[in-house]
Amino acid sequence: MLWASTSGKTVKRDLNFEMVYPNRPEDVWRALTDSDALAGWLMENNFKPRVGHKFHFRSKSGLGFERIIPCKVLEVEKPRVLSYAWGNSGSVVTFRLEPVSQGTRLRLEHKGLSGLRGLALAWVLGHGWVHKIEQRLPAVLSNAAMQEAQ
Amino acid sequence: MVKRPMSRFGGDVFYAVADPTRRALLDLLAQGEEPVNSLAERFAMSRPAISQHLAILLKTRLVRARRVGRERLYQLQPKPLEQIYDWVALYERFWTEKLSALGEHLRKNREKRS
Repeated sequence: MLWASTSGKTVKRDLNFEMVYPNRPEDVWRALTDSDALAGWLMENNFKPRVGHKFHFRSKSGLGFERIIPCKVLEVEKPRVLSYAWGNSGSVVTFRLEPVSQGTRLRLEHKGLSGLRGLALAWVLGHGWVHKIEQRLPAVLSNAAMQEAQ
Repeated sequence: MVKRPMSRFGGDVFYAVADPTRRALLDLLAQGEEPVNSLAERFAMSRPAISQHLAILLKTRLVRARRVGRERLYQLQPKPLEQIYDWVALYERFWTEKLSALGEHLRKNREKRS
């Protein structure tokens, strides 16, 4: 039911997920757009389904140093598309809903991830740290380093 | 100095590396271990300020200190930098968990209705 794929041959930049829930699209939509419902499964927030609305998520788990994730609503097309800017570095989260015979197919795309940590990643790649790190990293990373440098 | 809680991934490597002085310290330590005095000489800031930066690096385990005579020598431990590569994987895990939590949330709603 759940799959995750990555696009691009270098360090992953985009994440894609697909799930089918045995619920009507309206119910899934409510879970994605109702602030209290969102708090129940995603994170504490002050979300409103209104294009241009600025809001934030509060993360308890600690994703890097972002404990408060500032977001901005980009697209609201009830009950099909919801999209928001995630953080301050050009990363975008998009939910797409589609009715299917079993319920609702939900596609989640999180784009532009490397931009969020561009500074840290560029520094690590640009300083030959790849060779200094004790445990050998997969070859894709050194390829990524070369491509980043070009 | 801004205090930050430790993340569940140990000290916060992204936070440690976000600061230019700490990046410069790591670059210097990549050349070999050094005591705080000789590190501080190269920066236009006080020794206590450098010590505070080193304390953050120690907490994230990017740096280790060993005592030699009266000196503490600081040594680079680059392994936590792997977390920077693992970061997208971390988001992958994050969304996998969250979408499963959404499934659970929706299941409870169905039960409430029926």
